[in-house]
Amino acid sequence: MSCAPRPKLAVWKFSSCDGCQLTLLDCEEDLLPLADRVEIAYFLEASRATSPDPYDLSLVEGSIATKDDIDRIREIRAQSRVLVTIGACATAGGIQALRNARDFEQLRSVVYAQPEYIDELATSTPIADHVRVDFELRGCPIDKRQLLEVITAFLAGRKPDIPDHSVCFECKRRGVTCVTVAHGTPCLGPVTQAGCGALCPAFGRGCFGCFGPKADPNTRALLPLLRTDGLADQDVARLYRTYNAEAPAFREAAREATDTVKETAEETRR
Amino acid sequence: MAPDTGTAKTPPANDADARELAQEDLQALFDALTARGWTVVGPTERDGAVVLAELASADKLPYGVGVALAPGGYRVRRREDRAAFAHSAGPQSWKTFLHPERARLWQADRDGDGTVTFTPDAEEKSPVPRYALLGVHPCDLAAIARLDRVLTGGAFRDPVYTPRREAAFVIAVACGEPGELCFCASVGTGPGLRDDAPCDLAVHEIAGDDDVRLLISAHSARGAEVLADPRLPVRDPDPQLPELARCQTEAAERRMGRELEAEGLRDVLAETLDSPVWDEVASRCLTCGNCTMVCPTCFCTTTEDTTDLTGDHAERWRRWDSCFDLDFSYVHGGSVRTSGRSRYRQWLTHKLGTWHDQFGSSGCVGCGRCIVWCPVGIDLTVEAARLREEAGASEEGTA
Amino acid sequence: MTDTVAVADGAPDVVTPLPYRVRHRLRETADTVTLDLVPVGTALPRYRPGQFSMLYAFGVGEIPVSVSAVASGGDAIAHTIRAVGKASEALCRLRPGEVVGVCGPFGNDWALGIRPAGADDPVTPLGTAPGEDLIVMGGGLGLSPLRPVVLHALSRPGFYGWLTVLAGARTPHELVHRADLMQWHALGEAKITVDRAEAGWTGPVGLVTDLLRHAVFRPERTTAFVCGPEPMMRASAEALMDRGVAPDRIRLSLERNMRCATAWCGHCQLGRVLVCRDGPIFTWDQAAALLAVHEL
Repeated sequence: MSCAPRPKLAVWKFSSCDGCQLTLLDCEEDLLPLADRVEIAYFLEASRATSPDPYDLSLVEGSIATKDDIDRIREIRAQSRVLVTIGACATAGGIQALRNARDFEQLRSVVYAQPEYIDELATSTPIADHVRVDFELRGCPIDKRQLLEVITAFLAGRKPDIPDHSVCFECKRRGVTCVTVAHGTPCLGPVTQAGCGALCPAFGRGCFGCFGPKADPNTRALLPLLRTDGLADQDVARLYRTYNAEAPAFREAAREATDTVKETAEETRR
Repeated sequence: MAPDTGTAKTPPANDADARELAQEDLQALFDALTARGWTVVGPTERDGAVVLAELASADKLPYGVGVALAPGGYRVRRREDRAAFAHSAGPQSWKTFLHPERARLWQADRDGDGTVTFTPDAEEKSPVPRYALLGVHPCDLAAIARLDRVLTGGAFRDPVYTPRREAAFVIAVACGEPGELCFCASVGTGPGLRDDAPCDLAVHEIAGDDDVRLLISAHSARGAEVLADPRLPVRDPDPQLPELARCQTEAAERRMGRELEAEGLRDVLAETLDSPVWDEVASRCLTCGNCTMVCPTCFCTTTEDTTDLTGDHAERWRRWDSCFDLDFSYVHGGSVRTSGRSRYRQWLTHKLGTWHDQFGSSGCVGCGRCIVWCPVGIDLTVEAARLREEAGASEEGTA
Repeated sequence: MTDTVAVADGAPDVVTPLPYRVRHRLRETADTVTLDLVPVGTALPRYRPGQFSMLYAFGVGEIPVSVSAVASGGDAIAHTIRAVGKASEALCRLRPGEVVGVCGPFGNDWALGIRPAGADDPVTPLGTAPGEDLIVMGGGLGLSPLRPVVLHALSRPGFYGWLTVLAGARTPHELVHRADLMQWHALGEAKITVDRAEAGWTGPVGLVTDLLRHAVFRPERTTAFVCGPEPMMRASAEALMDRGVAPDRIRLSLERNMRCATAWCGHCQLGRVLVCRDGPIFTWDQAAALLAVHEL
């Protein structure tokens, strides 16, 4: 087996903070065996040495935010046998997708001293909006164990074991007492995909949804609870509009929360 | 059928054999158990809840801690007495220790010529944990019996649960303080401990104004052996104590916060699978899975097949799963239960209905955890009553 | 009270696979193969037609597969597998000599536990009365779990009445166990249909239930064995009942998500039954109500 050529791994960056790539470097004791098993063919965060395509596994971080990004991701797709997107930017457009619902020209002129130098698209979008994606790994940033699972599953030809159920599963499995039920803390855990290992609730904080929506989330049912736990509807919308603001279920949930504000206001007027 | 823990052949508990232990002397019971190789697991206060954990000493017990419960709400409160076992429906159940959330089943290694060797974990030398479960309320004792039936009572015996269960020493405590969401009395699992309750020691905790006394009887040979430990400062009980224990149980029975009419429920659920009630519940249900995770009898698991980076070492693990997970019912082509409606219906009809067909009893022991720990407070006793009402109405309609 | 307790009472370990070697691999269709497996060391207990295995592809995963042949002597078992997911793809890629992990046998069998009580008890190994007619209806890969029934019935001429095998597939290319079907067809026992003809196909085009119209059997003395996609099984059961076969004489093999095969994991629940434990074979009078409920 050792004589066979090692699969080539490439790590690509689009609009992002590099945090997800760092997760790979953070694999520490697993990194050397990994380097034994795969040829790290393109990973500028780790090494300037690169080798040419095709790549067996491409990990793509970041969202599509410029015209150039679109060309580049198409090229990468063509060079990659398996393409996995990693992190909230790549899977949902990331925090920079907050601009999608705003007037982009106005934002650009307010934010930048010399907006004419800025060549950005009006929206930040997930990779899967532009090319076929084989697997999406969620999180802001992604979880190290989950990343290793995706890589070892790829090497073994296995379906990665990345559940799409709620964070509540992880709280209960870890024995973390529910912060909503026992403390009245607002928490997005019931509508958010597991994967973080219930990191925030383990420290007594509510989940803020950095892994994006779980499969088939019932955000409408969570809304009254978030209110009971002390959130104003605008706060609910803000809670959903963070790292995964443009994930469809969260975008819709934020809209639901503010729509109710409008509805209530209208009812009051009547 | 319970595994052979020695409880089956137990002499029935007899008040004449009961012993009294002062609460201050609970450490001596800990010592007697640890001296015999058991690790004590019991209730302790942590993060604003009474959780179950390995306890280093009797100091860790939640003295004077009570709880206030509501659908989707749980708060600890200070009690006027120093009772350590007067709380209900905590965020965990004993399955955490008997049916762990994740366990390895076997490992496989492939060598150069393609030979594959499988090594069951049962053959690993790591010893099975030997837990003394301290403070098992009657509802939870019934829950353990339900797990026994599922995991050891069929054609095959679960290799993780069975040895843990056989090794466990169970100290049951009669419930003197049911919570606002408890309904063990209506499903026949509590609040008292029957003379033949399947445990090693049966305890009544009697809290007075200035002391707490424990009335302990042995329900198994090894329970009797522990109780006879000369270092355990037990004495003949105060003659009033058994009567106080009886009154406490009777009072507890009248203070159930909820009721579940169990009679005929299995048929009611079988007849109402198309009810609009399910759609209405689904509009409120988060499908988050909390009810199944806290349920002391929910046993479902899924498997994980892992490999290391060499690719030549593989392992099979299993972990808790839930019928609320969309993938739970996956067959080639997609999941069977895609709607929240059908997943909630699966949970409720299994727990209260089809469990009878599958395992000869209801799956519900009346502990109330699923109501407390449902973030949006869906109450299965209320939903079951609505379905019963509907079944009744449709019967009248057809009559 | 020992520190370590292995599986209780020396009960067999049904969780850890036993290594089996691929003795022969037959490509059935573009995406389906039949693997003949023999134990590397210890053999599993003898399988009965209709029972299933959990097959483990090293490092990839495990899937339930019914046996498609049970050796009359020896420990060989056959499984017919369609590549539809990662684990089944890996199993389909296995070559002769390679090793697969096998657990089993699990579930009930086509005889539904009906066994001769003694030497003179007139019950066949298929759980029918001697001389009764057999109808075997397979849709697509559903023919595989039925194959041992047919092979057995043909091996015992005179023990059974008329045997009719009705097999269907979407296209001629998707027919499995072709060599068997040819032989059974030549014997006059089998009729084969496809949903869509292709060049060279001269047989009937249509549903497997259409074939039933021309089948000759005595309804009150017939037991039917049905396996295929759920809509096909439902249609077959209805067609059989239209011809006068009683619902409790129609047996079918059901499929649900099976993760453990030992009735511990809860995944294969279908209402009141656990398919891995109470099935996979059910009679239509048991199954009809279960399959009638949407998303049960």
